[in-house]
Amino acid sequence: MDTSFAPEDLAFRDEVRAFFAEAYDSELQARLNNLETFKEAVIDWQKRLYRKGWIAPGWPKEYGGTGWNATQKFIYETERSAAGIRDVIPFGLNMVGPVIYAFGNEEQKARFLPGILQSDDWWCQGYSEPGAGSDLASLKTRAVREGDEYVVTGAKIWTSYAQYADWIFCLVRTSNEGKKQNGISFLLIDMKSPGIKVNPIVSIDNHHSLNEVEFNEVRVPVANLIGEQDKGWTYAKALLAHERTAIAGVADSKRSLAETRAFAEREVNGGKSLLSDPLFQKRLSDIEIELMALEFTELRVLATVAAGGAPGAESSMLKIKGTEMQQAVQELRMEVAAYYQGVLPNDLTPEQLGHGFGSQARQTYMYGRASTIYGGSNEVQKNIIAKAVLGL
Amino acid sequence: MNFEFTEEQGMLRDSVARFVQDSYDFDTRRKIAASDEGMSRENWQTFAELGWLSVPFAESHGGFGGGPVDTLVMMEEFGKGIVLEPYLATVLLFGGLLQRGGSVEQQAELIPRIIEGSCLGAFAYLERQSRHVITDIKTTAAVQGDQLVLNGEKVVVFNGASADQLIVAARSSGEQSDEDGITLVLVPADAAGVERTAYRMMDGQVVANITFNDVRVPVSDIVGEAGEGCAVMSPVITRANVALAAEALGIMGQLNAKTLEYTKTRKQFDVPIGSFQALQHRMVDTFMAYEQVKSLLYRAVCELDGEGDDAAACVHALKVLVDRNGKKIFGEAIQLHGGMGITDELDIGHYAKRLMMINTTFGNGDYHQAKFNELRYSA
Ligand SMILES: Cc1cc2nc3c(=O)[nH]c(=O)nc-3n(C[C@H](O)[C@H](O)[C@H](O)COP(=O)(O)OP(=O)(O)OC[C@H]3O[C@@H](n4cnc5c(N)ncnc54)[C@H](O)[C@@H]3O)c2cc1C
Repeated sequence: MDTSFAPEDLAFRDEVRAFFAEAYDSELQARLNNLETFKEAVIDWQKRLYRKGWIAPGWPKEYGGTGWNATQKFIYETERSAAGIRDVIPFGLNMVGPVIYAFGNEEQKARFLPGILQSDDWWCQGYSEPGAGSDLASLKTRAVREGDEYVVTGAKIWTSYAQYADWIFCLVRTSNEGKKQNGISFLLIDMKSPGIKVNPIVSIDNHHSLNEVEFNEVRVPVANLIGEQDKGWTYAKALLAHERTAIAGVADSKRSLAETRAFAEREVNGGKSLLSDPLFQKRLSDIEIELMALEFTELRVLATVAAGGAPGAESSMLKIKGTEMQQAVQELRMEVAAYYQGVLPNDLTPEQLGHGFGSQARQTYMYGRASTIYGGSNEVQKNIIAKAVLGL
Repeated sequence: MNFEFTEEQGMLRDSVARFVQDSYDFDTRRKIAASDEGMSRENWQTFAELGWLSVPFAESHGGFGGGPVDTLVMMEEFGKGIVLEPYLATVLLFGGLLQRGGSVEQQAELIPRIIEGSCLGAFAYLERQSRHVITDIKTTAAVQGDQLVLNGEKVVVFNGASADQLIVAARSSGEQSDEDGITLVLVPADAAGVERTAYRMMDGQVVANITFNDVRVPVSDIVGEAGEGCAVMSPVITRANVALAAEALGIMGQLNAKTLEYTKTRKQFDVPIGSFQALQHRMVDTFMAYEQVKSLLYRAVCELDGEGDDAAACVHALKVLVDRNGKKIFGEAIQLHGGMGITDELDIGHYAKRLMMINTTFGNGDYHQAKFNELRYSA
């Protein structure tokens, strides 16, 4: 048992730090924080990572991955969080990309992977439907084959960033025979196709990232089918474990907790800082202790994967605990902001308002309610653990 | 032992319930929340006509002479509709301070105007640094001859942008957080040197930061005794906390009912999600959380009504439970609605946001727990 870093790991860490310090500049950060410039700023940032060769640490080297070992990946993630850098937009790089290199044909790999790696194509994920959330396999959007095209009709919902997307990867129904998991296919659809309509959904944080996507007899070339028809469920499932592990966000929570602690230290009233309040200290340490454990749970999972194992039910545990901890930190920050947590975005400067982080804390907290719902809700994850780990 | 409302209280409750039912559906509320003032003056007139603005005031001023139970039944119904009109700010706080500490002249001039709906009020008590300690006041009130000169800034003033009249908590002596030396001052919102900056909160209400730059008022506009403002505002705030808890109870009841309904109708895996035991137990927990808040609320109201010794501890306890159980209830409501719970379109999130604002008003759960501990356990 040993978790200390070797000298070459430390050298790697310094390299990562130096790159982030230089490439993630304040001008870029300002554009990322502005809704108007968000999309192009994300692309700009991801292109910088691409040019450095670090855009896809999770991919095999032959497809454009970094070839890092588990320790290096851990270091990279930790440094990214510590620098306050958001993870890449997952839909292309963490979701459809791995499906394409694992199950796509050579032509599809050549056609789609470069656009994903270079962030030239913005992808979105078309799985959920109004009637198919936790019970995803009951999805109804249907694709009927006509010659060398599929004709797709139906509706997807909760599609994050569909308003920006060039492409959507969809689970569609191609057969009603047998088990419902069996008649599902994995289709890549150009968002510019006639018959697609994107309707915005404003979320509880007052932002627009969610959408409903309607398909009205949309024609999709059969060449855009991944793998075999009716086998899409298998491909989608392979991807879910990756998605969950990524959602845990332990390093991000650690950073966020440290920031919250600093905010609390600056809140002084009645001559005392909030950080010296015993009730507040208990809240803080409750979270920190869980995170200390969770960080090692994550390392244990990473080690298993590095040794050739697959992240199985452990990824469910990481997802549950990770999102619970994210929400706990978000809630604590709201407490630090006190009544300023209620402030909606406005044109006032922090100086005029009398407060700096309340509105941001609220936005993160409100949107953060979703983390226990998406990526397979935490209830569904518990069902998985009960079944797969405990044998219940 | 009797937990029934009187016939009069029942009528009051029905009257508010009917208004919420008929005139305050979620779409209407949404429009009001998006309006410039974040409330409807037309509704306010209706409140006046229905006699609601008179409820807590003494009969000698044309009031109804109601007590904490009357306020409770109204606030609970307001909570069910997440009503935006400034009942708390104008009637319970501004009016409550006048009723308790105002001079005969102040009362005679202003209370009838509140009751008829022609005077909107606000209580400017918070400052940037105050957090939950409301005696933490830097705004100064200095006597110059027969005038009082105010300087400083108040923040997040409920109804502060629309109010005609303000009662400002200012410091006339003592150290920054002392209870002694606080003076409550009546200030017309359009007085020279008053500047208001309005902004909107997540529960839809419009609040204001208000700066006072050499604002001069006659010393006769002090509410209560100079330097003794704390004695006036403490009981008013205690009652406001109970009223807010009643509003919170109304909200929690709605969240539970709507969630229960949703889980009975939303189907996944070919069955209503409410048939999953994992969810059933959690809804039982939120049901119990609601009942516990209700019990503690009734207990606090009984203590207040009977001027009981344990009133202070009861109200601290109530704030703690409203905070804790409120978070649990709105958290489960959002979670069990799945993606729907994350939308702005659904009312669930709006109930949640009002609960969150209630929890930051007049001290959060931790603040009141510390106060409770002090009362109960300090040697
Ligand atoms: C912010 C956000 C972004 C999203 N982005 C995308 C996206 O880009 N693409 C996409 O395809 N989807 C996306 N989703 C959809 C997400 O995957 C679904 O919301 C999720 O699968 C849950 O489905 P549902 O919303 O229909 O809830 P439901 O499945 O109706 O669940 C409602 C409640 O019932 C519980 N429940 C359901 N089944 C069980 C059970 N068997 N046992 C116990 N409890 C159960 C759930 O846990 C939940 O609490 C997003 C969702 C959100 C909130």
